[in-house]
Amino acid sequence: MAVFVDETTRVLVQGLTGSQGKFHGLRNKAYGTQVVAGVTPGKGGQDVEGVPVYDSVAEAVAATGANASFVAVPPRAAPDAILQAAEAGIPFVVCITEGIPAQDEARVFNVLRRDFPGTRLLGPNCPGIISPGRCNIGITPGEIALEGGPVGIVSRSGTLTYQALYELKQKGIGVTTCVGIGGDPVPGTSFIDCLSAFEADPETRAVIMFGEIGGSAEEEAAEFIAKEMSKPVVAYVAGVTAPPGKKMGHAGAIISGSKGTAQAKMDALRAAGVKVGLNPTEAGDLMAEVVKSL
Amino acid sequence: MDLFEYQGKQYFARFGIPVSPGDVADDVDTAVAVADRVGYPVVVKAQVQVGGRGKAGGIKLADDADAVRTHAGNILGMDIRGHVVRRLWIEHASDIEQEYYASFTLDRSAKKHLGMLSAQGGVEIETVAETSPEAIARIHVDPAEGLTENACREWVQRAQLDPRATDGAVDILLKLYRCYTEGDCDLTEINPLILTPSGEVHALDAKVTLDDNARFRHEDWEEFEGLTVRDPREELAHEKGLQYVGLDGTVGIIANGAGLAMSTCDVVNQVGGQPANFLDIGGGASAQVMANALEVINSDEKVKAIFINIFGGITRGEEVANGIVQALGQVDLRAPIVIRLDGTNAEEGRAILQPHLSDRLRSKPTMLEAAREAVALAGGAQ
Repeated sequence: MAVFVDETTRVLVQGLTGSQGKFHGLRNKAYGTQVVAGVTPGKGGQDVEGVPVYDSVAEAVAATGANASFVAVPPRAAPDAILQAAEAGIPFVVCITEGIPAQDEARVFNVLRRDFPGTRLLGPNCPGIISPGRCNIGITPGEIALEGGPVGIVSRSGTLTYQALYELKQKGIGVTTCVGIGGDPVPGTSFIDCLSAFEADPETRAVIMFGEIGGSAEEEAAEFIAKEMSKPVVAYVAGVTAPPGKKMGHAGAIISGSKGTAQAKMDALRAAGVKVGLNPTEAGDLMAEVVKSL
Repeated sequence: MDLFEYQGKQYFARFGIPVSPGDVADDVDTAVAVADRVGYPVVVKAQVQVGGRGKAGGIKLADDADAVRTHAGNILGMDIRGHVVRRLWIEHASDIEQEYYASFTLDRSAKKHLGMLSAQGGVEIETVAETSPEAIARIHVDPAEGLTENACREWVQRAQLDPRATDGAVDILLKLYRCYTEGDCDLTEINPLILTPSGEVHALDAKVTLDDNARFRHEDWEEFEGLTVRDPREELAHEKGLQYVGLDGTVGIIANGAGLAMSTCDVVNQVGGQPANFLDIGGGASAQVMANALEVINSDEKVKAIFINIFGGITRGEEVANGIVQALGQVDLRAPIVIRLDGTNAEEGRAILQPHLSDRLRSKPTMLEAAREAVALAGGAQ
């Protein structure tokens, strides 16, 4: 099993006719993902290398039975695109768009929570999700992931997600699902959502979690791990050397006053029984030990 | 983007939030002219983006033109905790009966907006939060619902302001919420929000942080640009569209991806070195982007070694390697480079770099080994 997406997932790409959507959507298809439709208002009836394009998500769902959406549209269009997918009843929406205003992001999150509880949003500003060998939605290079489990991955950063996949592959360790939750202040899916899904997934037997400075998502995850998780967790937190008050690339990666430091997050995770590596390689080594002892 | 006080007040005014009449002045004569216009007494305020202006002598009361001349002359050019004062805000002095605190920001944990209001204003809110947390009335506002007048009034009542301030505070807070949401702010803060003896409520200070992601729908923000005093390295990086944060060390960092760039700084630190900067060249970076990044790093005289840390994902190793080789031809570097190239097509990339390797360009297979090499080249662990 995998979490959130697997070989039965039927994906439509919002923005398939744009450069990002086309490039990554077709890569996902080439990986073996069921990419069944594209949506671009005004371009219904066209196709992108054989994938039919529709004017709206609702039409695409009616025609193809899509049950996941990959949103690859610019920041000004992304909030409406996400809500359109939710209105059409799509249960899983992945948004890779970077640069959505925080006000829009907070509004969309709360509209989904209030009006569309059946829709899960992953992202925005995330690399996407891959269940190796089954489904890849987003920008993760599929070839660096080894399929089969027993490890689940959840990370805020894209490149560190790849790093985690690669480190595990080098050690011959497979992955059930790798979820990039994204580096924005209000991610649709949290660490806790992913940890909880991995805890419930019989095939996932250990979880590696990559956090970074800013906010308190890692501390909240630590509390969840201590209370609710039976499976071992290994973690790494980026940004030990980050100065306060500066956004480190990601909109959400900022130490506010004395809050959101890497040290505080590592301390919280350690206190919850999590093995914490001081760099991605060390985290990979720790996970290799954990996997050996399973 | 953080606004100066005067810009924050101008932004507040667009949403109808009452502020004191005033204007900016970059020299003494203008300061006097503004003071004459707004009427004495006036307050002469240093415009710097750092706390503790008052204590440093950057805020002075003046009763007449001579006093304005003296204070403006003293404050212009003053160094307040590393920030040199180049501009003043002169405003008509208010009679203050009480000082309050009000702000809106995002509560990332609750995923809702958080309003904070306190009858104890004029001091750091962090101090109030520590010494008497019960003195801060909080309200969570659902961004999908907005702030209603009833909820706002109930919130103001909880804060136990002087009853004469209630109506004025409700009015200002509703406007402040609009400024925060429609104005795309990460933070709006009024400290102090004052009550005058005649029962009026208005903003005596303004702290505003604009959300850079919302720039596309605010053409009017352009006027706020260009006045922020940036580190010259950050200025150059900003011009070239790079995600750069200046640090104090000797190892220049270039990486693809924000997380990896942060992690690279950490690893350098872990093996005893000090990163000179954070620099994310993003995914799919071209040779030109790499050249720009090297140029920015090269402008930093403290840099003794450069660590390029690339994990090929979408970006393939051979493209990155070609980019580096091309960039080396464009920029004359002061410091040697250590490269770690891993991920997709890393071997092909390393093969491309092979003929160019020398004491000035070294390749290491892992992040940790490359960090050690770069730190050694920068003069060893400290």
